[in-house]
Amino acid sequence: MSGSDLFQICLYLAVLLACVVPVGAYMARVLDGSLTFLGPMERLFYRVSGVDPAAPMTWTAYAGVLLWFNLAGTLAVYGILRVQHLLPLNPQSFGPVDPHTAFNIAISFATNTNWQNYGGETTLSYLTQMLALTVQNFVSAASGIAVLAALARGLAAKNSTSIGNFWADLTRTTLYLLLPLSIGLALLLVGQGVIQNFDSYVPVAGTQQVIPMGPVASQVAIKQLGTNGGGFFNVNSAHPFENPTPVSNFLQVISILLIPAALCYTFGKLVNDKRQGWALLAAMLIIFVPLVFLEAQFEQGNLEGKEVRFGTANSAVWAVATTAASNGSVNSMHDSFTPLGGLIPLFLMQLGEVVFGGVGSGLYGMVIFAIIAVFLAGLMVGRTPEYLGKKIEAFEMKMASLVILMPPVSVLLGTAITVTAPMGLAGLQDRGPHGFSEILYAFSSMGNNNGSAFGGYGANNPLVNSLGGVAMFLGRYWVAWPVLAIAGSLAKKKTVPVGPGTLPTHTPLFTGLLVGAVLLVGMLAFIPALALGPVVEALQ
Amino acid sequence: MSALSDPTIVGGACWEAVKKLDPRHQAKNPVMFVVLVGSVFTTVLGIQALGGHGEAAPSFILGISVWLWFTVLFGNFAEAMAEGRGKAQADTLRKSRRDVQARKLTQPKYGSPFTVVAGADLQRGDVVVVDAGEYIPMDGEVIEGAASVDESAITGESAPVIRESGGDRSSVTGGTRVLSDWLVIRVTAEAGQSFLERMIAMVEGAQRQKTPNEIALNILLAALTIVFLMATATLLPFSIFAVNEAGRGQPVTVTVLVALLVCLIPTTIGALLSAIGIAGMDRMLQANVLAMSGRAVEAAGDVDVLLLDKTGTITLGNRQATAFVPASGVTEVQLADAAQLASLADETPEGRSVVVLAKERFQIRERDLQALGAHFVAFTARTRMSGVDVEGRQIRKGAADSIGAHVEARGGSFPPDIRQAVESIARQGGTPLVVADGSRVLGVIHLKDIVKGGIKERFAELRRAGIKTIMITGDNPLTAAAIAAEAGVDDYLAEATPERKLQLIRERQAEGRLVAMTGDGTNDAPALAQADVAVAMNTGTQAAKEAGNMVDLDSNPTKLIEIVQIGKQMLMTRGALTTFSTANDVAKYFAIIPAAFAATYPELGALNVMHLASPESAILSAVIFNALIIVALIPLALRGIQYRPVPAAELLQRHLLIYGVGGVLLPFAGIKLIDSFLSLMGWV
Repeated sequence: MSGSDLFQICLYLAVLLACVVPVGAYMARVLDGSLTFLGPMERLFYRVSGVDPAAPMTWTAYAGVLLWFNLAGTLAVYGILRVQHLLPLNPQSFGPVDPHTAFNIAISFATNTNWQNYGGETTLSYLTQMLALTVQNFVSAASGIAVLAALARGLAAKNSTSIGNFWADLTRTTLYLLLPLSIGLALLLVGQGVIQNFDSYVPVAGTQQVIPMGPVASQVAIKQLGTNGGGFFNVNSAHPFENPTPVSNFLQVISILLIPAALCYTFGKLVNDKRQGWALLAAMLIIFVPLVFLEAQFEQGNLEGKEVRFGTANSAVWAVATTAASNGSVNSMHDSFTPLGGLIPLFLMQLGEVVFGGVGSGLYGMVIFAIIAVFLAGLMVGRTPEYLGKKIEAFEMKMASLVILMPPVSVLLGTAITVTAPMGLAGLQDRGPHGFSEILYAFSSMGNNNGSAFGGYGANNPLVNSLGGVAMFLGRYWVAWPVLAIAGSLAKKKTVPVGPGTLPTHTPLFTGLLVGAVLLVGMLAFIPALALGPVVEALQ
Repeated sequence: MSALSDPTIVGGACWEAVKKLDPRHQAKNPVMFVVLVGSVFTTVLGIQALGGHGEAAPSFILGISVWLWFTVLFGNFAEAMAEGRGKAQADTLRKSRRDVQARKLTQPKYGSPFTVVAGADLQRGDVVVVDAGEYIPMDGEVIEGAASVDESAITGESAPVIRESGGDRSSVTGGTRVLSDWLVIRVTAEAGQSFLERMIAMVEGAQRQKTPNEIALNILLAALTIVFLMATATLLPFSIFAVNEAGRGQPVTVTVLVALLVCLIPTTIGALLSAIGIAGMDRMLQANVLAMSGRAVEAAGDVDVLLLDKTGTITLGNRQATAFVPASGVTEVQLADAAQLASLADETPEGRSVVVLAKERFQIRERDLQALGAHFVAFTARTRMSGVDVEGRQIRKGAADSIGAHVEARGGSFPPDIRQAVESIARQGGTPLVVADGSRVLGVIHLKDIVKGGIKERFAELRRAGIKTIMITGDNPLTAAAIAAEAGVDDYLAEATPERKLQLIRERQAEGRLVAMTGDGTNDAPALAQADVAVAMNTGTQAAKEAGNMVDLDSNPTKLIEIVQIGKQMLMTRGALTTFSTANDVAKYFAIIPAAFAATYPELGALNVMHLASPESAILSAVIFNALIIVALIPLALRGIQYRPVPAAELLQRHLLIYGVGGVLLPFAGIKLIDSFLSLMGWV
């Protein structure tokens, strides 16, 4: 690895970590309700929608409202996609989107997956991009953070039935956090040359080619900050209008992990023990950092499918960041990576998107793993396990089991059905183990709400669209629902005081155990599938 | 003696293991049920292969099949072994549950007319009379009479005990025998609910319900099983795709998939899980503690506050007089003489020690009270003094405040130097006993509590393991503080009353702590019922025994510490074997994956890091290892992991190293060894 590559990777990690405390502390104030400078606007939203932001919600109420709200969003997106030809801001006069494609897109954006089975610049009108997709980019991200806040409240509460109010969490996260950050980032990106207009596509004189236009910057900003990842253009952040310069690249790749990393600190603040947040962040970094360096090593000298303005190091960092977080935007084509270079993004998604993961959702997934690790550790020291003073009992284990069950089931089943169906195999560009990797990647991405594509696989067919739609839905709510159930159950419990018999969960020992649990569960479920894909390809 | 070396238990367990193949029994354990289904499945495939239409060589399929059956049998065997000792004990107990004729009294009074009824027909509230040589028909409360009773059938202790009406020794157990005199008993239990019957059920494990932690662990194991079921089931379509793409080899066989599945699912812990639970109950029984539920045993491991009675647990039962502190104007000899006179009729150990001290110090000989015409004044709860009226003197001894009230009522006063001496004795952990003659205070006797040897170290160990000890005593706060300091307990409750005990337990529980206590008296019953782990002494009253969730047949209050350790052992053994079981999977993948795809993707042979002889031998070796490791771990499951009183983090580090890292490494060596052996014998 060259010195400049090393420097770029270290600079990235340093800037990212420097942001953790300020952003994390700010988010804690957003979520605990102590920030009020936008009070009038906030109250206006509540009054217009007729909700009481102070009304306490039980976990079932919270989960119910979350589900209905996201379902309404899904239907709205589906509706707009189906009638976009009747709506304004459609200079290229795109027709309505296929029902199965629209079904997949709608679930994809409401679940924060942002898997794209369409080309943005050849399918969607400007209004669709803004009103359907960008709106979901904001609220799906805010929904993830809201669930995390509810879980943190469940852990901090004593003998309480309430885990907060979903409407307040949603509104405050959007208003105080996502909107200001997105506006700032969009302006910076416009400064670097990212376009923002409603113009018609520009024909290139003397050729058949047209240059697509559109309100790009406003969508790119939230796509990165909200771990959405759905690009305005088909090639996502490899497109020069989405990501024109190394500086815009740096800003975007920082934005991918900014909120997921800082939320660890926020979590520590919310549960009144900052060390717990640091321990979770450390566990994520222990998996993330070595993989960044390995990826850069594997991709060194392989420029196929990469943009020369970013080079291999920046492409490697991006690939690891975007799959560690459930972002899924790309600045290079993962299909063209070396077999082992492709294995790392694939594996990171299969870990269940808990190494950073989606905003909110990654961390609540990691907390579930912490609960499982604490359960095993508790047994090993001869005591009913506790996490943050809350006893972990049969109900919590039942819910945690549901969470770890989902990714393997949906990813493996989806892949298995697709590789046996002629329709599933029709869109395959490569044969052999690489072709298998392409399908496995597609379902790993959808089942874990990542949304990145390996490329090379034409997934826009009714089979993959519907299987994938179901996988994305389950990947999101089959996890969020049990997490909220755990939050509700823990909130009701009393807090056990810390003593010498208590197993501390902020120590390097526990962090190591947590890393081990994440890797072991991910590895054991996917070793056979990985062996038949990237591993055999690497050995060939 | 270890059950493993007892041939009758081992022999019985072998037969039990076969009987437990009943699918209804296996269905209770999801992990082992999957293995059973796999065994049946491969057997069918093997028979099919014998007919010439098999997916692989019949020897290979049947070889796998046989070892899968062994895997199930080994699990059953472990459970049967754990039950073995309890079964033998239950048989002995059952013999003492005989059908006796009871003499039911028409009036609750000795000598009233009776009818003869079968013991089994007695109802709660009936009154019976039992004479010497007869068996007590049912659990009950003595309402009249006193007798010596042989309780060896239940406690194993051959010395007879006294049972009498009133007080804390009034409870009798059905199946025990009256040796002398007679008893009138009010029946407190109905047929089928007696202590003996509950004991038999517990010992046999017939009523064994899964404990909360076991349920939680079972859920996790079931989830892992589903994950592995997915991982192996989807391998079939994956391999069909791979064969089509590569254009060579055969899709992976169902036999190999079943073998892989059984190797991956947590069979080690699945097979041993119920044995660990039963063995935990059994260890309690060996310690002569009868737990009324497995839940209580498990809760014992979680206890973080122990309430211990001072007397008998922390200190030797008897306080001893060690010094006489005379008031000004009184000589030590005068005080000793009066103190001895007041104590002559006092048969308590404290009273005896006063007499002895006076004799040792000043050669004051015991006098014959009757010859002196003395009148003994007994201790009552109201006066809280005792003493003697002799030769016109009224000598009294008692607590400082009661003697103070006594002399002031007679126009005397309590001298300040004595008040000071009282406080100083109390501060040193002694009990001051003030002696007065009429209205004049003569001085103080210093009664000292003797703290048991080694108890301080024991408490320090507990503290390191995160368990706090609270001493319960009726002493005044000063005395209690001094003894608490000497014994090294974390806290104390002085001047304890049943209400204050109950309140203390509630307070600690509200803080989120789990409280354990021992008790024997009826006034302990509310606190016992409130405590999370409540150990009633077998010598205690029926009320205490019913309120507790464990009964200590030895009636030894220090037993609580042992109970906590047994509870912890049970959890630790489960945790360690779960970790071990899961960690084992890494090596099994390395053995089976290259073997399963050897024909389609020979490149995967690079993952055959153990250099196993052939694909068949690799798969068979993994399956054999998986079965044998269950047998190898049976002794550990029955014995439990040794408990060390060290901080949680230290314990975790140790167990992660042994069972986590060891669990990853051991199967590499084990599978290689089996593979070498198989190829050496030319069997593969």
